[in-house]
Amino acid sequence: MLDLDAEAIYFELVRRVRERIVGRSPRLVGVHTGGVWLAERLRADLHIEPEVGILDVSFYRDDFSQSGLSRGVRPSRIPFDVEGADILLVDDVLNTGRTVRAAMNELFDYGRPERIDLAVLIDRGGRELPVSTTLVGRTIEVPADVSVVLSRDDDRRLHLRLEEDAGS
Amino acid sequence: MQLRSVSPQLNSEGELHHLLSIEGLPRPLIERILTTADGFIAVGTREVKSVPLLRGRSVFNLFFENSTRTRTTFEIAAKRLSADVYNLNIAASSTAKGESLLDTIDNLTAMQADIFVVRHSQGGAPYLIARHLAPHVHVVNAGDGRHAHPTQALLDLYTIRHYKGAFEPLSVAIVGDILNSRVARSDIHALLTMGVSDLRAVGPLTLLPTGLEELGVRVHTRLEEGIRNADVIVMLRLQNERMRGALLPSAQEYFRNYGLTTQALGHAKPDCIVMHPGPMNRGVEIDSTVADGPHSVILPQVSFGIAVRMAVLSMVASSQRAEFR
Repeated sequence: MLDLDAEAIYFELVRRVRERIVGRSPRLVGVHTGGVWLAERLRADLHIEPEVGILDVSFYRDDFSQSGLSRGVRPSRIPFDVEGADILLVDDVLNTGRTVRAAMNELFDYGRPERIDLAVLIDRGGRELPVSTTLVGRTIEVPADVSVVLSRDDDRRLHLRLEEDAGS
Repeated sequence: MQLRSVSPQLNSEGELHHLLSIEGLPRPLIERILTTADGFIAVGTREVKSVPLLRGRSVFNLFFENSTRTRTTFEIAAKRLSADVYNLNIAASSTAKGESLLDTIDNLTAMQADIFVVRHSQGGAPYLIARHLAPHVHVVNAGDGRHAHPTQALLDLYTIRHYKGAFEPLSVAIVGDILNSRVARSDIHALLTMGVSDLRAVGPLTLLPTGLEELGVRVHTRLEEGIRNADVIVMLRLQNERMRGALLPSAQEYFRNYGLTTQALGHAKPDCIVMHPGPMNRGVEIDSTVADGPHSVILPQVSFGIAVRMAVLSMVASSQRAEFR
């Protein structure tokens, strides 16, 4: 069984992001929900001043015809001008790449960013779109019918667990 | 499957498949519509105000009864979801040449319609259409006769929640022609479902339906009493034909007794909001000083209406495949 120490993996991600953004001051945008927790942590640990942006990509997903609108849609909120911005997009798990595509499409409806980097806690492979990043906490291999789930406890500590998908 | 027989507007998983009336919608589903609308409000503040959710879907606006505002806001809502929108000019269409309602629907379905937005002077017309449709096509009721106007009630709920927060502690007064108003009917069901503790219907006896008390609505025939300490006042449009139908003596007398003036508003709570589904008859049910005054949220209602209709359209379209999952 994989040992997924979310806190240790997070600190590896922090190290890589810190190296990457030397001399830059990117704006953080988290993908709802796990990506927002990570973006908020990164903002504190990297001493980035401004508020993080929040994206709920429900309105941009490409599987609407198959699975419909997700139940818990929350408003996206980008508290800065995307036009010309240097953006660090943050998500918890990178898998097919479809969420990242949706997030980028949504960001472009706010303006044309100068640059977008992607930071993820876990890269679990299984890409269906040409999306890649080196800002990864850890790369793992898990079967397609297993979900990698990030959670956060009352002390804001992160936890990762593997869940077999229902019905599979 | 049982759910479906209880309410024809829900699919077997309890999701919104058609929107026909507020009756039969459980509170959590109404809350989900309002929360989804929050997301679309955020979209409306951006430079690019559309999302790609309903790309390739066709929405047909079928207005058998005139309406500018409702049709336009449905059209804007559908376009902001990137749907293809078709407005049918019914008066000049085949219905005028004698085609039956269901034949019209069949022809449009053959043209790959996905959603029908229907307004009809006959109560129940959207139900008739819903029962007739193939399972992948949806109906949204945009007002049927004196029966229901569910998207208006949902946008009224959205407006109240926006300004007042929780519904339970509120005193809400609906004022005017309750008897003939589909807005009043839908608002009453919506507000009771959301747990409003003090709901009042205010108007002349000739325009009040019977049976309101049984629903839990308090009835008032005097405006000042009816709006005393109210948090929310919903004014209804007085239709000219009521005067012709001799239910009321004159517009002037109606305004004297039931017109909302600044003076009358003094009886409500100081932070009371005033709503109106439009179009307003200034000087008949509402005075201009109130309509344009600080308590009026009539124009925000119109903006919220777009987001609420986007939520409804995307949710019914979303139930499309749930039936076959």
